[in-house]
Amino acid sequence: MTTPAARPPERAAQEGPAAPSASPGRGPLLLGVRHHGPGSARGVLAALDAAGPRAVLIEGPPEADALAALAGDPAMRPPVALLAHAVDDPGRAAFWPLAAFSPEWGALRWAALHDVPVRFIDLPAAHSLALADEPDGPDGPLAVDGEGHEGPKGHDSQEGHGEPAEPNDRRGEDGESAQGAEDAEGLRVDPIAALARAAGYDDPERWWEDAVEHRGSGADPFAPFEAVGEAMTALRERYGDGGRRHDLVREAHMRGRLRAARKEFGDFADGGGVAVVCGAWHVPALLAKTTATADRALLKGLPKVKAELTWVPWTHRRLARRSGYGAGIDSPGWYGHLFEAPDRPVERWMTKVAGLLRDEDRTVSSAHVIEAVRLAHGLAAMRGRPLAGLTETIDAVRAVMCDGSDVPLSLISDRLIVGEALGEVPESAPAVPLQRDLARQQRTLRLKPEALERELDLDLRKDTDGARSTLLHRLRLLGIGWGEPAAGRANAGTFRETWRLRWEPELSVRVAEAGIWGTTVLGAATARAEAAAASATALADVTVLAEQCLLAALPEALPVVMRALAERAALDADVAHLAQALPALARSLRYGDVRGTDTAALGEVARALTERICVGLPPACTGLDTDGAEAMRGHLDAVHAAIALLRPAGDEPDDGLPGRWAAVLTRLAERDSVPGVIRGRAARLLLDEGRLADGDAARLMGLALSPGTPPQDAAAWIEGFVGGTSGGGMLLVHDERLLALVDGWLSGVPAAAFTDVLPLLRRTFSAYEPGVRRTLGERVRRGPATGAAAPEGTSVAGFAAGQDPERADAMVPLVALLLGRVPAGRVPQSPGPATAASATTTVAVAAAAAPALAGAPGARTPQEDP
Amino acid sequence: MTVSHALPETTAKPATEVLRPHAEDAFAAELAALAAQDDRPRPERWRLSPRAVSTYLLGGTLPDGTVISPKYVGPRRIVEVAVTTLATDRALLLLGVPGTAKTWVSEHLAAAVSGDSTLLVQGTAGTPEEAIRYGWNYAQLLAHGPSRGALVPSPVMRAMSEGLTARVEELTRIPADVQDSLITILSEKTLPVPELGEEIQAVPGFNVIATANDRDRGVNDLSSALRRRFNTVVLPLPATPEAEVEIVSRRVDQIGRSLGLPVETDGMSEIHRVVTVFRELRDGVTTDGRTKLKSPSGTLSTAEAISVVTNGLALATHFGDGMLRPADVAAGILGAVVRDPAADRVIWQEYVETVVRERDGWKDFYRACREVTV
Repeated sequence: MTTPAARPPERAAQEGPAAPSASPGRGPLLLGVRHHGPGSARGVLAALDAAGPRAVLIEGPPEADALAALAGDPAMRPPVALLAHAVDDPGRAAFWPLAAFSPEWGALRWAALHDVPVRFIDLPAAHSLALADEPDGPDGPLAVDGEGHEGPKGHDSQEGHGEPAEPNDRRGEDGESAQGAEDAEGLRVDPIAALARAAGYDDPERWWEDAVEHRGSGADPFAPFEAVGEAMTALRERYGDGGRRHDLVREAHMRGRLRAARKEFGDFADGGGVAVVCGAWHVPALLAKTTATADRALLKGLPKVKAELTWVPWTHRRLARRSGYGAGIDSPGWYGHLFEAPDRPVERWMTKVAGLLRDEDRTVSSAHVIEAVRLAHGLAAMRGRPLAGLTETIDAVRAVMCDGSDVPLSLISDRLIVGEALGEVPESAPAVPLQRDLARQQRTLRLKPEALERELDLDLRKDTDGARSTLLHRLRLLGIGWGEPAAGRANAGTFRETWRLRWEPELSVRVAEAGIWGTTVLGAATARAEAAAASATALADVTVLAEQCLLAALPEALPVVMRALAERAALDADVAHLAQALPALARSLRYGDVRGTDTAALGEVARALTERICVGLPPACTGLDTDGAEAMRGHLDAVHAAIALLRPAGDEPDDGLPGRWAAVLTRLAERDSVPGVIRGRAARLLLDEGRLADGDAARLMGLALSPGTPPQDAAAWIEGFVGGTSGGGMLLVHDERLLALVDGWLSGVPAAAFTDVLPLLRRTFSAYEPGVRRTLGERVRRGPATGAAAPEGTSVAGFAAGQDPERADAMVPLVALLLGRVPAGRVPQSPGPATAASATTTVAVAAAAAPALAGAPGARTPQEDP
Repeated sequence: MTVSHALPETTAKPATEVLRPHAEDAFAAELAALAAQDDRPRPERWRLSPRAVSTYLLGGTLPDGTVISPKYVGPRRIVEVAVTTLATDRALLLLGVPGTAKTWVSEHLAAAVSGDSTLLVQGTAGTPEEAIRYGWNYAQLLAHGPSRGALVPSPVMRAMSEGLTARVEELTRIPADVQDSLITILSEKTLPVPELGEEIQAVPGFNVIATANDRDRGVNDLSSALRRRFNTVVLPLPATPEAEVEIVSRRVDQIGRSLGLPVETDGMSEIHRVVTVFRELRDGVTTDGRTKLKSPSGTLSTAEAISVVTNGLALATHFGDGMLRPADVAAGILGAVVRDPAADRVIWQEYVETVVRERDGWKDFYRACREVTV
């Protein structure tokens, strides 16, 4: 051992006998750290190098001892996390995330490199997972570990791993962990805050940064740890356990493990020596003079579950506090930088920032970098800090490089301050709990993974089939493409699904990858959906996601997705996008109905979306070229169909949506600047809805086909009005007035223009069924005489002069049957007015039947809305 | 405009004859107290240390109990960055929409740093180069030829030679070629006088504070060469609705009195509503934070809210029943929001239909909005 090796014993001597059996001068090397502190990490490495212990003890679950060697595996790349979960309940889990700049990771790596054994000394996960389930009795010593394993609370719920700050939550200032509030009784002491107050800082975080993390390594690698240890000793003398009584149990266990390690590896004086890397808070406790028997007594009778541990990849984003996974650090990217930068961290950081901004096409010169560095140093001096910290650099970047704007700053925050680092775990790591959970569900649902492709028909009304469908949808969300939905034979019903299943070997890898999202299929799919909602850029993506959430039964993810949806919809200025999003939403609402999910929120969003479309559509329909108009007409149809589905549920009063929509259609139909195809389509939709007064359709058509209109535009109007597969041919067959108008217009088209409109007309009429075409031809051949004979009379060929109430009444039961309901009953839910009325042959009948179907959709009166 | 964050000048000496004394005169006592107790290092020719300057702006209590009144209410960070910028001999550019106290802050910074806030160049579309460099006394020039005696120095030139802080107001209104004459001054810290074959070199302590309006596009945008010489600090709009309502009602009260409009207190709810609408559209999100909105192209600054309310008050007084009603402000709000007839109108309608209609107690307002919109 070199000279510094003599130091640890001295420390121990200063702070009293380290352990009962050891004589002064033989204690272990205690390295009290702040978790995820880059300065601490550097300090630990320096101290380990200097002391050269025979074994390294780390605060963490002892079950992970066997996994420690994996840290040396070249395929292992931080950030990673130790994951502990209950074998019989993967939802109960806890994570110990480690980043490259975590002192524990540094110690693990150091041990692997020097071939030194690692022992984890914290309370076993078997106990901590079990403890988390117990109500924390105020008088027991076993209350929930505020700093540690609160994770395992909710079964199968995201909180299971969402919440736990875990032992790694900067235990240097243990009390920091937000879960502190959990601990009902007792004041929680934040040791770092206490020290910071003593030093005159109001922000404990900043004090620690200034006092420890930003200090360059001095000549003596042990000095900082001695100082921190002394400070903590003083604090614990004053505050005792700081309101965390469960810590006593953990510390008792740590002492026990430390005793065993010292027996095994000896002390520095004997040429052996152990080093302990633990939260600074625990250092005094490890030095405390207690007997092994007393410690064992404390540990007696702890509840236990069968726990398994493995490594899982982690991300910087998840280390950041705001992600909800709460490792408790705001700026993993910045810490990573501090740890990696060999010198001049601020200068290097500014260069990184400049590089990022340049990549985003902002002009940032070297002069900017120089000035930003100067300003950061100036600010640090003015604020009395030893080194420019993150706040100073952010302020400087904002003022110098970003013209005072926060917009590029958010980019910097996202890419650099948090960072995008993604960890990797070697394949030899044990299986993730997600895999187990999947296997369990596969067993209960009798759905075996088979390499051979097969089709699976599911009847969602049956429980098992419903659960199977849910599982497959969840897996799809997680990118595990075991089953793909196939267009089945009975695809007409919403309660049927057909899947094509095939288990590829690579799917196991996908499962392992998906383990990052959670420990159960439900939890992982929820987390995945929430993340996808947050990062989705296009509105339509979010609506599809919402649909998937419903299909996959992820009620917890739905609010997040809905919020994202509402935000995207509010900010999306393109009506086309909104129109694209609406149908999926309307569909989701119907699925929700089928599956009995609560879709109130969804309906709200859908209605808000419709409002926005109603406001934005008319302006968006002007000044379009042919292709644009054609696309917009498709949107018009889709929105119309969707609005028919968006009927207010139950007893809610009609919220006027259909009325407002009709008003929009009327405006479109009447406005000259709107392309013909859209005007025609709007007129047609109004006609089908029964919102056009008698003769209005003919009036609109007359206007559109009047001689002043360019033939191209008129042809487009015809295409919009009767084109496509919307049954327009039948309309013409049955309304001779309209046919006569078309016929008259067509005869009046000048020869020169005729060839121009011919392709469009051909497209319109060739889509009709042969029978319809023949009938139309016959009607036209019979000549305009019929049409001209009674242009304004109510008598239409094929119909009587007036309605025959008796004959109409006779049709009522049949219509009611078609609508799927008993006569005189209540309004049907799903077959909207469009379905009922758009079959043009039934228009007259439906109109006649309307009184009998009081309250039926067809009988709605047009809204008085403008 | 110094509406939003400016506080009444509590320690102003009424004894002076002028309508509005300079900051260094009005707050002379505070500055003297700060200087007396300032033990931190001061940059050359600075009256106070940077720390003391920020205390002067943000307010505080000195060790001897002297209370320094806050001149600017807003994030501490902003003031610290501004002061440090001046200490690092970079020029400072204060950006913000009208009514964010840019001029106010620049005046007080100059007063605290140099003890002199009068070296001011007011930027207009007609600001000539002479206002930034130097001019000539033509009588002298004709009589004696080019000489130092015939030279009329600009405020910037004086600041350079005496090591003081010069202020340039509304920098973006100054024509681009005139703006560019600042580049040499800021980077080389020198001002050549070719007519005399000499130059004025800046002495330590010289610096420039410029203010500009960042919402009025299409004036004279800064060239990137000039922009690079400045550190930019954006002064934000009032952070909380309460603060903004307070500012608006105080100003409305003042203006109303000067216009002879009876000010009645029941208008508060209407003021609150105007501020809410402005803030929501400006921030692009409703106050409950649940619904996102599109933002219109107008600034919707506090100053505009004040004029909407004043206008509504005049309507109510002369044509209404003397009470500020929703209908009185609706038209004004519409005018402030819809600047671009196409895009803004859609945004406004969306807002009315999705937010205003749903809100409890806003029925009257909704009706008034529908009336003026359609």
